[in-house]
Amino acid sequence: MPALRYTYTFCQLTFIHQLKTILTKVSTILAIQDLKKTYDSGDRHLTVLQGINFSLQAGDVCSIVGPSGSGKTTLLGLCAGLDRASSGSVVLNGVKLDDLSEDERAQVRNQYVGFIFQNFQLIPTLTALENVMVPLELRGERNVQQQAMELLARVGLAERFDHYPTQLSGGEQQRVSLARAFSNKPAILFADEPTGNLDEETGERVEQLLFDLNREAGTTLVLVTHDLELAAKTDRIIRIKGGTVVSDEVTSVVNNG
Amino acid sequence: MSDTFKQSFGKRPLRLRWLLKMAWRDSRRNRGRLALFISSIVLGIAALVAINSFSDNLRTDIDKQAKSLIGADLVIAANKEIEEDQQQLLDSIAIGGDRSDEVRFVSMVQFKASGGTRLVQVRALERGGFPYYGSIETEPQSASSTFRQEGRQALVDHTLLLQYNSKPGDSIQIGNQTFEIAGALHKIPGQSAMTATIAPAVYIPRRYLNETGLLQKGSRISYYHYYKLAENTDPDKLVKKLEKRLDEAGFGYDTIESRKESTGKSYEDLARFLALVGFVALLLGCVGVASAVHVYIREKLATIGVLRCLGVSGKQAFLIYLFQVMAMGLIGSIVGAILGSLIQLYLPELFKSFLPVDVTVAVSWSAILQGIAIGIVVAVLFALLPLLSIRNISPLITLRAGIEHVSKQPDKLRWGVYFLILAFIFIFSYFQLGTWLQALSFTGGVLIAFVVLALIARLMMWLVKRFFPVHWGYVWRQSLANLYRPNNQTLLLTVSIGLGTALIATLFLMQRILLSEVAFAASENQPNMVLFDIQSAQKDEVANLAREKGLPILQMVPVVTMRLDEINGLTGADVRADTTLGISERAFTREFRVTYRDTLISSEKTVEGTWQGEVNDMTAAIPISVEERYAERLKAGLGDTLIFNVQGALIPTVVTHLREIEWNRVQTNFLILFPKGILEEAPQFHVLMTRTETDEQAARFQQTLVGKFPNVSAIDLGLILETLDDILGKIYFVIRFMALFSICTGLLVLIGSINNSKYQRVQESVLLRTLGASRKQILGINAFEYLLLGALAAGTGIILSVAASWALAVFSFEVAFVPDLTPLLPVFAGITALTVFVGMLNSRGILNRPPLEVLRREAS
Repeated sequence: MPALRYTYTFCQLTFIHQLKTILTKVSTILAIQDLKKTYDSGDRHLTVLQGINFSLQAGDVCSIVGPSGSGKTTLLGLCAGLDRASSGSVVLNGVKLDDLSEDERAQVRNQYVGFIFQNFQLIPTLTALENVMVPLELRGERNVQQQAMELLARVGLAERFDHYPTQLSGGEQQRVSLARAFSNKPAILFADEPTGNLDEETGERVEQLLFDLNREAGTTLVLVTHDLELAAKTDRIIRIKGGTVVSDEVTSVVNNG
Repeated sequence: MSDTFKQSFGKRPLRLRWLLKMAWRDSRRNRGRLALFISSIVLGIAALVAINSFSDNLRTDIDKQAKSLIGADLVIAANKEIEEDQQQLLDSIAIGGDRSDEVRFVSMVQFKASGGTRLVQVRALERGGFPYYGSIETEPQSASSTFRQEGRQALVDHTLLLQYNSKPGDSIQIGNQTFEIAGALHKIPGQSAMTATIAPAVYIPRRYLNETGLLQKGSRISYYHYYKLAENTDPDKLVKKLEKRLDEAGFGYDTIESRKESTGKSYEDLARFLALVGFVALLLGCVGVASAVHVYIREKLATIGVLRCLGVSGKQAFLIYLFQVMAMGLIGSIVGAILGSLIQLYLPELFKSFLPVDVTVAVSWSAILQGIAIGIVVAVLFALLPLLSIRNISPLITLRAGIEHVSKQPDKLRWGVYFLILAFIFIFSYFQLGTWLQALSFTGGVLIAFVVLALIARLMMWLVKRFFPVHWGYVWRQSLANLYRPNNQTLLLTVSIGLGTALIATLFLMQRILLSEVAFAASENQPNMVLFDIQSAQKDEVANLAREKGLPILQMVPVVTMRLDEINGLTGADVRADTTLGISERAFTREFRVTYRDTLISSEKTVEGTWQGEVNDMTAAIPISVEERYAERLKAGLGDTLIFNVQGALIPTVVTHLREIEWNRVQTNFLILFPKGILEEAPQFHVLMTRTETDEQAARFQQTLVGKFPNVSAIDLGLILETLDDILGKIYFVIRFMALFSICTGLLVLIGSINNSKYQRVQESVLLRTLGASRKQILGINAFEYLLLGALAAGTGIILSVAASWALAVFSFEVAFVPDLTPLLPVFAGITALTVFVGMLNSRGILNRPPLEVLRREAS
């Protein structure tokens, strides 16, 4: 029966492969292929990223780690459609970003992408509530204020809705930033050193909130950090060094809060 | 798939309402910054609105008061006695209406009460009911109508009465006759306060004119005929019909309509010029706007980056800030319009003495709306330059602050904006100046000023970099390096300070040049009293009288009045018929006062040809000399023939000599000079120039003179100088008043520019302090940098202003360009010092705080 068994296994494998392909097509949120980024400065070409390949499925929680200057922030910028690659392709939620104009990519960001920055990047002239409202208003949604208030309440800042960023502490600012990031119900969330500017205790609380909100919303999360402890709390770690991926592994510890 | 995306997402709505909301929200925390931006256009708009409102009101008032401007439907004026056939023409016009005649000439009068004498304009009025419109306002009021009926009575200008301590009831001597002063003249139709000061009027009834003995051959007498036409006669149509006959007779004429036009035009020219000065202030303010918005946007980079990350398109981000600028432009313009409307209340007072009508004050909505529209347009146009870069700000800036966030590619739209700005300036100046050529020169001038300043700034940066003094002390090196470091303000400060300086200095220079053109040299041994209308028979007696009184005879010149009949065979009619000839029409209607002598005097210089001082051959054409610039207006050069008419006798002449005349020397100067041997027997009068040492001596001499020779007039140049001074003072005050707007705007822009660079300087200074620089060193670095910037910008501005004044003097005012640079030194020093002062004032706050505090504050 070995033949039959083999056949079965083969069929099983084929099926699984096919299933995986189908599933990939449906639920691949981010697909990176042969990505390369070079900067021209005078006659010199500086290659920052080269031969990057990976893809993320819906709901994945992944971290990109590497030392300073390894190219991880550049990679984040390319994945999120903030910048254009020199060659290779980025497909985000089924949309190929490579041939889109800057304004079209802005639209993609508004529809599918959420951001969290190391230095919070709240708009200083808007109140906490208004900061959270911007992505929703931009989409022309209704009941924007109510949705935004609910999110502020979720991050525990409902009472400080009319405060300006300068009137909030770093941790509070980052929580507003979390509320803003989730407001447009993004398919994928990019976080660039989200706790980098916070003290340890505050940082941990923000981390916890980030993972909680992410799990509730079922969002794909990409965390860029050089904090290995934080990275270890994600399902998958992509290590970058000198502009190339040096390892891509699934972590044993699955973050469960 | 991306195609599907493009299809479904491609046409995203702009969400204008949300953009407006964002513009509003985003402005909340920056209102103070934006206020500075507003302030720089407020004054320019205020100046424009004030001047244009005033012009509007003036126009309506001239319309309303047009009839009283000449006091009749038609005025016909002649410079010679009316001949019989002409009299018939004059009489025929009056059929069905009414006519008043007036004889006008200047003469000395003596006030019996004080014994004072003064040159006045005597107006002898006869028959008719002039003025038919408006009134001769007198005190007592009845005097204006009764003085013609009740014997030898006169109306005398009220300021004269004050000056000579006389009052109604006193008497005044005119020529050989004494008149009773019936009333004080307050207002005459069509006369402004200014003309009243130059030649104060005295009215007498015409029937007593001959008794005065002042009507003598050779005296300059004008005859005016005022008409009230029959009900259904249109004065303009009538004039059109009679034009040829009137011209032939050498009559001047004026209707309500033509006077309205000429009055309106002369003041509109002034108003247009002033509006242009206001516009320059506005342009200067716009440089401030561009610079403020530039820095504002630089500080907004992070916010724009975040918005782009969140999905705002480049166009949307651009619109958010465009809306803010538009709103600020609107507010600035409205504030400016309100301020301008308030200033306007004061303008009639300022212009009062130049105007023949009473100007009412009313809100001019057209001027206000125009001002607001112009304010928004220029604010937006200039702000567009920095605003356009918003479209290219990359969202990557959120991840990396230092990254090249703005694409380096030249933006084609920028050129479009430059074009629009130039087009706007051109069109605006065309409407203010009236001719394409002038508009082009103005626009070109502005453009050149900008380009030169920008080039100088770049040249300075290049030079400093190229020849960097490596061995200099640290403080010097650091401040020099500041001039060309990235994000420097060198270009902006040089352009704004330089432009402001250029404007201020140009105004200064022009004022000086125009002043020197009319100022009399009141120095030692210059004549200060002129006696004229001396008859040939009185010549020696008058000279003797002067000598008796101890006065020197500085000059005694014969004057023959004549008219020009032909230039190279062309008559006045030919010139009127063919305007392409370019010969001044007035040359054929005016009266020339000509002298004859054998030598040139010290104020004259030969330009071309030779001067033949004496002629004995009366049969050939007489060689004459013409003033160089006047020859140009006659289109007559050496060898051209002119035929003059001396009281009916035709004298053919040929131009053999061209002279340049120094007009501003106190001398009797003549456009046309005849040689000796021709005009000796022609009807003529003589002019004597002398110098009195004291006012008392002058008064005593005039008194004796009037007693012995009532027909001789004396002009006290001291008095004329005073009057001129007074008038010029008023004109300069108006110009200065307008220049003030530019100067204040320049100051605001300066403060704004320096304040704009404050943010960056704070960081640098703090960094330097952290690294251990002393307070003194940082102060030194800043002071030296501002000193360099201020001096260079002010210096360039002054050079530009010299060029601009030269062009204005030579092409526009047609006067000699003799710049007086001394007053520019304080301008230079002042502006340089001000730059340093404002700059230092800004850094003061930073130095007083510990570096850590500032670093923390800047970080958050």
